[in-house]
Amino acid sequence: MTKVYVSSIIPAPAAEVWKVVRDFNALPGWAPFVAESRIEQNAQADQIGCIRNFVLRDGGRIRERLLALSDYDLSCSYTILESPMAVENYIATLSLTPITDGNLTLAEWQAEFDCAPEREAALMHQIGTGVFQAALSALKQRFGR
Amino acid sequence: MVHVRQSTVIDAPIEQVWSILRDFNSHDRWHPAIAFSEIDGDEPVDAVGSVRHFRLADGSELREQLLALSDKDFRLSYCLLEAPLPLMNYVASIRLKPVTDGNATFWEWRSEFNPPAHRREELVRLVTEGIYQAGFEAIRDLLRERPAASPLQARSPVVAPTPSAALPTVVSTMSSGQTARTRAILVERYGGPEVLQLKDIALPPPAPNEVQIRHTVIGVNFIDVYCRTGYFDLLRPPGVPGMEAAGVIEAIGSEVSGLSAGDRVAYACPPVGAYCERRNMAPDLLVRLSDDISDETAAASLLKGVSASFLLHDVHAVQAGSVVLIHAGAGGVGQLLVQWAGHLGAMVIATVSSDDKARIVERLGAHHVIVYSRENFAEAVMRLTAGAGADVVYDAVGNDTFGGSLAALGIRGHLVSFGQASGPVGNWDIGRFASKSITISRPNYAHYTDTPAKLSPHVERFFAALRQGVLKIEPPTRYSLSNAGDAHRDLESRRTTGALVLVP
Repeated sequence: MTKVYVSSIIPAPAAEVWKVVRDFNALPGWAPFVAESRIEQNAQADQIGCIRNFVLRDGGRIRERLLALSDYDLSCSYTILESPMAVENYIATLSLTPITDGNLTLAEWQAEFDCAPEREAALMHQIGTGVFQAALSALKQRFGR
Repeated sequence: MVHVRQSTVIDAPIEQVWSILRDFNSHDRWHPAIAFSEIDGDEPVDAVGSVRHFRLADGSELREQLLALSDKDFRLSYCLLEAPLPLMNYVASIRLKPVTDGNATFWEWRSEFNPPAHRREELVRLVTEGIYQAGFEAIRDLLRERPAASPLQARSPVVAPTPSAALPTVVSTMSSGQTARTRAILVERYGGPEVLQLKDIALPPPAPNEVQIRHTVIGVNFIDVYCRTGYFDLLRPPGVPGMEAAGVIEAIGSEVSGLSAGDRVAYACPPVGAYCERRNMAPDLLVRLSDDISDETAAASLLKGVSASFLLHDVHAVQAGSVVLIHAGAGGVGQLLVQWAGHLGAMVIATVSSDDKARIVERLGAHHVIVYSRENFAEAVMRLTAGAGADVVYDAVGNDTFGGSLAALGIRGHLVSFGQASGPVGNWDIGRFASKSITISRPNYAHYTDTPAKLSPHVERFFAALRQGVLKIEPPTRYSLSNAGDAHRDLESRRTTGALVLVP
């Protein structure tokens, strides 16, 4: 089992950040590497079990199922059903925590997955830096400062 | 239950922040509020279950126990065991997370506790600002001073903590061989009935302006519960609760006149300290007992009888024909108010919580008894008075009845709020009282009884009413002094009617 953990301070209150990231179908609006997204079978984007089907700017297609969504904990978990990355048992969680000192937000994004041992380092870098950190950096810029 | 959650970002790697916070006994080296700290016994500082015993700058002492420690999650939890403040059931945790985008640390400090309602804001602010935010700043300063990741300065040789000024002589003189001893219920920390423990404590001879009393019967009142839980700060742990008792004078200080050994006396006044076999106290507010007033009657009823006297005569002068609504008519003060108001010629309407209590209050002479769990008492009062409403309402129930009491009042009615057994009454807009020109009183026992001149007319009037049979006191429920905890449990469960007393 491989684990990836990434975190950032977002310069905005948690409730505002949550409005953006809560929408399971909104990746194209804030993640720079996602071109388009839809929810399969006309489900709602906050319906547990729904599947988002999105296309990366490099052309790859990913399908992910929403496993958990909590407006109380400000967290969202999902699993990859299909992707070009050759990972198995991939479960990721994006969560927000308010920072009361300054009204900021701690954003954490973590994933666990299985993969071929020789691909582990490359995948950790790709997911941690290329996906999670890139998206959190975009979120930081979106909220200015 | 309140939840406090504070968080910040510290500009240092998580390992460095954790190396400081992980040490459960390090807080006197960084937190500005902590003067001295040590771990009880020989426990290692990172043993779950270890207890840190620390002193604040103002001399007060606290003990906290480590409940959980995780180097994996950078997390520790602890609870408060003893404190001079009523932070009931306080459990707190500290958690760190790395901010991978840079080299900073997210730090969250959170807790849950039950403060008394009237001190809620004050205590939440104390925890939020005085402990957590001040702690964040202190760690930031500490790391700024020594940017290199040097460990915290080794602790200087441990200086024995000076004895706290707060510790009363009852504890600090325990080892003295000469001092006499007495058995007492000692509250060593605020809490439930279980904190009422029988201890052997020192009893010095009376000071020149004091007398020594051997208690024969001790009264139990709801205010003792408030002292035990820290809701009122009349008692600072360690201390002996209780404000009412009867007994015999055994020794007299050199400056005391007018009393002699062997005199039978009773009292119902601060300072606390009645839950014991013997105590010393100033004689100003002692009441001499005549032969026809038994110790048991005095201990069971003096505080309640004096209260009933000033409530019915001073706070509001009840007249013949007045319509008087009395809540909790089967309670200690309630039973006296019902009998006495009836004797004064008032129309007495009482509320009770059950049919059994309704029968008691009917026997005491109430004209109408309302079981308030079954019937809207405000509507009932309006019906019974043909819409005129009550002239005065005596309400010690508080939150549950306050609104209904206002509704039950007539024009220019008077609400006397003298307790809050169900909780504080909250905030009310006094503009609304104009609709009936309502008067509200919130009397405080001390302000009617804290000098001999104020107290004695009420004592005389109460004892006269007892002698004339205007007031009948049902025999109190007796508990041995060592079972004070059971007495509090029964009182708080509202199962009791009439008075409770302790017998040393």
